[in-house]
Amino acid sequence: METEKTEVGMLREFIPILDRFSRKEVFFMSFLSIFLIWGCVGLIFQVVYGHIVTGMRDNVMWGIFISNFIFFMGLGYSGAVISAVFRLFRVKWAIPLVRMVEIITVISILIGPVYVLLCMGRLDRLQHLITDGRIQSPIYWDFLAINTFIIGSVIFLYVTSIRDFALLRDNSNLLKIGKFRKKLYKILSLNFKNKPAQIKYLKQAINIISTIIIPIAIILSTILSWIFGMTLRPGWHSTIFGPYFVFASIYSGTGLLIILMFIFRKIYKLEKYIEEKHFKYVSIILMILGAFYGYLTFTEYLTGWYGSESWELELIFKFFTPTFYGILFFCSSLFGIIIPIIVAAIPKLRTIRNVTIIGVFVVVSLWIKRYILIIPTLETPLLPIQDTRPEYITYSPTWVELSMVAGGFALFITLFIIISKFMPIISVAEVSEAIDNENLNQSKIL
Amino acid sequence: MKNEEKKPKSRRDFLKLGLMVGGGIAGAGMLSSCGKDEAISFNCKKVKVLTPEGKLVEVDECNMKEMDTPVNEKEVREGIAGKKFTMVIDLARCKNARKCVEGCQREHDLPVKDEWLRVYLMKDSKEEGYYWFPKPCFHCDSPPCVNVCPVGATFKRQDGIVLIDNNECIGCKFCMAACPYSSRVFNWKEHDQSEMNKGCFNPEENIQHQVGTVGKCDFCPDMAKQGVLPSCVTACPNGTIFFGDINEDMVTNGVDTFRFRQLLQERAGYRYMEELGTRPSVYYLPPVNRQFPVERGLEGLDKEVSDRYKNERIQITK
Repeated sequence: METEKTEVGMLREFIPILDRFSRKEVFFMSFLSIFLIWGCVGLIFQVVYGHIVTGMRDNVMWGIFISNFIFFMGLGYSGAVISAVFRLFRVKWAIPLVRMVEIITVISILIGPVYVLLCMGRLDRLQHLITDGRIQSPIYWDFLAINTFIIGSVIFLYVTSIRDFALLRDNSNLLKIGKFRKKLYKILSLNFKNKPAQIKYLKQAINIISTIIIPIAIILSTILSWIFGMTLRPGWHSTIFGPYFVFASIYSGTGLLIILMFIFRKIYKLEKYIEEKHFKYVSIILMILGAFYGYLTFTEYLTGWYGSESWELELIFKFFTPTFYGILFFCSSLFGIIIPIIVAAIPKLRTIRNVTIIGVFVVVSLWIKRYILIIPTLETPLLPIQDTRPEYITYSPTWVELSMVAGGFALFITLFIIISKFMPIISVAEVSEAIDNENLNQSKIL
Repeated sequence: MKNEEKKPKSRRDFLKLGLMVGGGIAGAGMLSSCGKDEAISFNCKKVKVLTPEGKLVEVDECNMKEMDTPVNEKEVREGIAGKKFTMVIDLARCKNARKCVEGCQREHDLPVKDEWLRVYLMKDSKEEGYYWFPKPCFHCDSPPCVNVCPVGATFKRQDGIVLIDNNECIGCKFCMAACPYSSRVFNWKEHDQSEMNKGCFNPEENIQHQVGTVGKCDFCPDMAKQGVLPSCVTACPNGTIFFGDINEDMVTNGVDTFRFRQLLQERAGYRYMEELGTRPSVYYLPPVNRQFPVERGLEGLDKEVSDRYKNERIQITK
């Protein structure tokens, strides 16, 4: 009965988060809804007037939508990998973080593909992918991959949450919630009664899914990179693209985890569970990933520059001279690789504030990196662009595209808040189990 | 294609010709006629026509609809048997008259800004000279665009032509990313098309441009079927572009006819960016012993067009 008490005691701390919206939250949500409405206006504009309202043209036929798509898909794949690795390696300190990472995965994997759909000229013919799909096409690989991953990540989040749903069902009288939500918890908990056999099977299931989802996420983020790597374009046609995308994904996901840790710790007052040591440990992971990512960036550009193929060189000069893209590249490398590694490497600098700042740096830099991964390459085709129409020579996103990008980020935050209102943002059952085990061990020693 | 006409035609070709001469078509497997208004008359004559199966049938004249070419999806996808179309572009003859561009746009009812055939002003290295470089779709034998299409909307035919089925295209633009020659053009908005071309679509004619889908040079297979040269070839005043069949080993610009292989060997023909491994069907003859100096190509251009070559123009006139 000891476990029961710890669990319920911990759940009580989450009750004010779960059953009401504070005034600040309502205010913040209405602030976000401005962006959501703005995004919807952009969407309607594009649907009514067609792709001509975007900044995309024949040379840069994929714009900010695709870079945003890679960004969100990267977050999605990374979330699954991070959480599954924590689970498989039984990383005890990370137990309070896994739920957050799993939620990142599910939300980003649902938002990301929307941007591909926005890029498609004929959405009304989407069913052709099913009726006439060609397995030779990398887009079809990605179509299969994304669908697989949406199913996989939702199952992953769900299976790891069953114990909490059962807890919420058993203690629903503590919450001021409606009948419908009580019933929903009852359905979602699948008659889980905390029996030892049930716990055993559930843990086995989580282990199996964690084992499967790591290779799936790595394969799928590689497939994502192959959309670009399979084309004969400077800056894209590179064998390193698969691992590059994998590391960039996990790196950006870790950065986002730090930001969310900071935000939820602050607004939901979870200092007890998300401690300073978590920031320190995650910053070390961030440093290692940043080193890998920096290493891949370095080899990618060094080989291109040293081999100096003329097309490759034309693109590389855009990055290594003080042009617009050059500045973006410099900033994304400085703030996205060098500064985070230095800050995380020096123990004195690893404070909560500093770690959060480098987390923000990493996420923003990786978004910029995705932008300069797509647009400069398309502006540098093999044949010169001899055109007088400025929008055909250089790409700049229009307000329609920007509004939908802003809308996507607002949707991400909104969904995160909504999910955090529906289930505890920290896996209550697992954390309390860990606390109990620790107490048990200590009493044994004594 | 003078040479082709002299060749004895296959039975299939003969039947097709018969249908065209008959001006009418009846029978299954055919799509309805395109866009032309039906004229109703009351004194119907009986006319004998051949069906594609080779049957002679009698129909009312007023029930008949005129068709340019019989369209059958399978036939469009398979292409003309025994042919392997090719283009040879003699860079020594090009002076950027832009008649090929205009001819193409007229033929395919394209808006003025959309060019399926573009003329580039090229210079390979610092010390070399400039030359004019007309560039249609290369109809590669190993086409990256066809490989990446997720729905099979763009396809390679046995006669070497790469076409787009705009009824199938989902507008993902992956083919545009995959094409290393920037040959593909997206229909970003609805075009004002002439009434005649609305409501019907034939990938071989390629005159209806659906918004949100991709278009490109198609080597005019509908004309090749009738034994007529593509409009860029006939429009060129200098006979720069040669069109023909590799299997026949003949290319012609409508005036001169050459043996294809001999022409390439004698004039050092090459394919643009051979190293990419796409195996284009378009060959170039190097710009030697040129008929026109490069500067002639800059004369009498619209301002919009001449601005395209702004950077290069300064160097040429120096």
